[in-house]
This record gives sequence, C-alpha cells and structure tokens, in this order.
Amino acid sequence: MTAVLRSWQGTFALLLCLAALTSLPLMARDAPSPFGTGSFTVIFLLVAGAALASFSRLSPPLLAMTLFVAPHLAVWLLLAGIAGNEGKATFAFFLMVAACWLIAWRCVTVLSGIRAKSKTGDTFLRLLIPAIFGAWILILWEAATRGAGIPFIILPPPSSIGARLASSVPILWADVQQTIFKAVLFGYVVGCASGFVVAILADRIAFLRRGLLPIGNMVSALPIIGVAPIMVMWFGFDWQSKAAVVIIMTFFPMLVNTVAGLGASGAMERDLMRSYASDYWQTLMKLRLPAAMPFIFNALKINSTLALIGAIVAEFFGTPIVGMGFRISTEIGRMNVDMVWAEIAVAALIGSVFYGVVALGERATTFWHPSNRGG
Amino acid sequence: MPMNNAPSSVVSASKLGLTFETGDGPVHALSNVDLTVNKGDFVSFIGPSGCGKTTFLRVIADLEKATAGEITVNGMTPEEARKSRSYGYVFQAPALYPWRTIEKNIALPLEIMGYSSVDRKARIERTLDLVNLAGFGKKYPWQLSGGMQQRASIARALAFDADLLLMDEPFGALDEIVRDHLNEQLLKLWARTEKTICFVTHSIPEAVYLSTRIVVMSPRPGRVTDVIESTLPKERPLEIRETPEFLEIAHRVREGLRAGHSYEE
Repeated sequence: MTAVLRSWQGTFALLLCLAALTSLPLMARDAPSPFGTGSFTVIFLLVAGAALASFSRLSPPLLAMTLFVAPHLAVWLLLAGIAGNEGKATFAFFLMVAACWLIAWRCVTVLSGIRAKSKTGDTFLRLLIPAIFGAWILILWEAATRGAGIPFIILPPPSSIGARLASSVPILWADVQQTIFKAVLFGYVVGCASGFVVAILADRIAFLRRGLLPIGNMVSALPIIGVAPIMVMWFGFDWQSKAAVVIIMTFFPMLVNTVAGLGASGAMERDLMRSYASDYWQTLMKLRLPAAMPFIFNALKINSTLALIGAIVAEFFGTPIVGMGFRISTEIGRMNVDMVWAEIAVAALIGSVFYGVVALGERATTFWHPSNRGG
Repeated sequence: MPMNNAPSSVVSASKLGLTFETGDGPVHALSNVDLTVNKGDFVSFIGPSGCGKTTFLRVIADLEKATAGEITVNGMTPEEARKSRSYGYVFQAPALYPWRTIEKNIALPLEIMGYSSVDRKARIERTLDLVNLAGFGKKYPWQLSGGMQQRASIARALAFDADLLLMDEPFGALDEIVRDHLNEQLLKLWARTEKTICFVTHSIPEAVYLSTRIVVMSPRPGRVTDVIESTLPKERPLEIRETPEFLEIAHRVREGLRAGHSYEE
C-alpha cells in the first residue's frame, strides 16, 4: 500500500495502460497507416516499465533519468505515428498519452525533491523543471490538435507553428526590427525618461505637482490605445506614430510611481539630511532617489509589457507593410493562423527577455530592500 | 543679551517657547524654558512623554522653530548653527541607509560636507574604532544587530567636526544589557572626544549615570521643573550605580518628576 502511495502517478499510469489495452487499436480502423504491433509493444513496454520503475527505490537522479527518458520516447513514438493519420486517433491513443504525461509528472516531482549540491546543478534543475513542464503543454497541444483533427484555423499544432517560425525567420526578424527595435525601445526609453524627469520637476515645482498630477491620474485612466489612430494622423504610418503611442502609455506609470517613490523616504532620514545642511540635489541623489528605486523599477516592469502591447496594437491602425502588429492583422485575414501564432510566440519571447533584463537590473539596484535581501 | 556674555556656553535659551497649532487648538510643547549648556557638559533631559524634551533638542538642531523667546547655539541662531554644521544628531532609530554599507553610511555626512576621499577614509576608520565597530565597515546595516546599528549611527554623528552631539533617546529601543554596555562606552567616548552632549532619555538611572547635569521637565506645557548638578566623579564604572551618592541623585530626579506631575493635577 505504501508502495502504491509513493507514486500515485505510477499507479494511474498503469491503470491507463490497462484501459488502453482493452480499447485497442490506437488508430481508427480506416486510418491509412495504423501503428504496427511492434511499435505499440515498444510504447507499451516503455510506459508500463517506467510506471513500475517509479515504485522502486532507485537513487533519485537515476530514477529521474529513467522517468525522463521513457515517457518522452514513448510520446515521441505516439506523435510520430499520427503522421498521415490526422484526426484518426482513438480513445486508447489519448489514454497512452495521458499515461506518459503522468510519468513525466512523476519525473518532475522526483526532480523537485532533489537538492543539488553544486550551484551549476541547482541552476540546471531550476531550468529543467519548468522546461519539462512547458514541453508537456506543447506535447498535449500537439496530440490534441493532430490526434483529434482540430481544424487548422481554430488551433494549429505547435509543430506547424514551429515550422512556420523556422521558415519565416527573415520576415519575423524584419518585423521585430520594425516593432521592437524602433517603436518599442524608442518609445520605452523616451516615455520612461520623460516620466522620470517630469516627476522630478513636479517634486521641485509646486505648480506642476498640484496642477499636473491630478490631470495625470485622469489621463492614465483613458483607454490610451484609442489614441493610436490619432497618432497615425499626426506622425504618419511609420514607426514614429507607434513610438508615440508607447510614449503616452509608459509616461504616466513612470510619473506616478516616481512621485510616489520620492515621497517614500522616512521623516527621520530627511531630518538627518537637514541636520547636515544638505541641499536639495544632495538629498535627492543620496536619499530620495535610492529610496524611490523600488517604485521606479515597478514602473519599468509595468512599462516593459505595456510598451509591447501598445506598439503591436497601434500597428493595427495603419502601418507600412512590416511590423508584428501589421503581420498579425493581415495574416489572420488570410487565414494564416500559424504565422499569427509565430508572431505571438516571438512577442512572448521578447517580452519575457525584456522583463527579465529589467528584473535583473532591479535585483542589482534594490538588493537592500527587505523583499530582495534573502536572495 | 545672552549671546556673548559666556564664551563657554554652547546652548543658551531664554524664555523659549514653542506652540504647535493643531486642529484641536494650540499645543504648548515648550514654555518659558531658560537653560544654558556649557562647553564639555553632558546634559540629560528627562521627563514623561509630551514634556517637550525631544522638541527642545529639535529646536537646538533647527528641526523645529521656536515661537517665543531666544536661543543661541555656538553663539549663532540655530539655523546658522545648522548651516555651519555645528552639531551631530543621533535619532531614536539608527536611520542608516540600507543601500549603503556601514562605511558608506558614515561617509554620508562627509560626502555632503565635501571632505576629501583620503580624509573620509581616515575619519571612517577612526570613528569605527571609537564605537568598537572596526572590521564591520563592509557590512550592510541590516546585517548587524540593533545595538551595533545604533553605534554605527553614533559613529556617523562623530565623523565630522562638530563639538556638539545631540542624542534623542538613542538607546530607547535596546535591551537593558546592551544599553548598560553602550552607556559605559558613551561615557568613555565623551571623555576621549571632549564633546558637549545633550541627551534625551526617560530612564532615571541612565540620566544619572551619564550626566554632569540633569534637566527635569514636565508636560502641558512643556517646561523645566528642576536642574540637578551631578556630584559624581567624571570616572564612572557601572558599579557606581549602587553607591548612596548615585541613589541620592536618582531620588532627587524622581522627586522632581513627581513634583511636575502633581503640579499638573
């Protein structure tokens, strides 16, 4: 009983294998090239063997290795078997995929329990665990779309998105250059910098603080993306109008956060500066800006995602024939959903890298903040 | 003119008053305070909460403005004294900047006041030594205990050339054992540096142990009810607190505090 409890995923995987055996074959009878007995036996032995291994008392690294190789090999054989048989997969096929998934789950559980001794080992584990997790999202997506024959324009399988990505690198690269390197980066830098400078001015000049900030709060509540067509009118079809949208979107979060951050230093710390007869700029540089850093980085992180959304959506309103938003809006009209997904994948990747770089900068600058001290 | 008649007076207040205007009407934080602090004195201000002892210290430091009477600090107005950086202030909490190491925290006033980097280095080393924190300069404040942090904040106040040290309940948040230890160190430090110290506390033993003069204050309105000259010798081991002489002074302070209260009721 304890052995069964030790790996409930293994127990269920075995049950799923048995259920699959009773409802064979893996492909409908009219499938052009069904699985041979040999390849089915290999798949079945891999899955059942790994499920049984998950109960054993192997050392965790060895067990994790077994549980990693077997289900991924099996599921690869299963997915390879769909080729030419799209939409013909039976219930037994999905039972076997589910069994593979359970064993991979067991593998991640075992990996999560391993305490790496070296720093590189720790980093490796920290990357491997989410990688397996993410890979299974793609595997299940692939099996569902191709096995059940989901129409291409509803949801293309990841393999064809990947193929499209690989074959369209020059187009995607041109789009990235247009949208990210021109509109997003320019808009982000100018929007954040001007928000920051205006925050300092508002702090120094009471007229701005009391007049501009309430208006700023109102403007930031407007649906900023609605101004995109107007920006196209003002600045033309090229990237400048998209950069303008990004500037407007990123300006206010930075302004509001920096103003809040400048007020974040304590009364005692400010009294201390006063007791040194410190002037405005010395107090700003040595106390108030460092204390405002967590707020400023908050704005930088919010803005990194806002800038990407702003630039892509702004391209829906008129653009030269290049750019990520342009590509998405035209390719969806031509039913090339795989290209749309390819652009989405690229945007997600760039967004993550962008956010990650800002987050690294934050860790380096605000290491002293209670929320960062542990790491 | 209380200004220049005593060249050795560091702080001189006459008929000093401070009224805060609040929503519930005026609050008389200080009223008719006459007091002189001489060079080299260790003066403690003691009294219950709301007696204006901290407010008085803040008026000396020009962190609050008096609304009545006169006060001079080193013969100048408090504002001139602040601008000529004539005092170091130690707050109730260490108020160290968490993004700076202990060294860099001590360097903070020196950077603001424009000391050269060579001079800064020498002063950091000297003051860290003075508060027994040598070797901790590279640590961040949050890596040290509360007592060490408060010592670092004292080092920061000693780093530049100010003869006057204003201390506002610096050891109030620390436990008794650490506080005894720091009191002893503070006396040694005072002897070595020959600074004038104004020290706010609400602990009677602390006030008696440290001070050459004890100013007893009482609230509503904040005022001075008694000034007690200590007869204890300058050399004070911790055991002095068991002597009859010490207990006698402590008794007088307690009486003074009690008188302040009965006056009110």
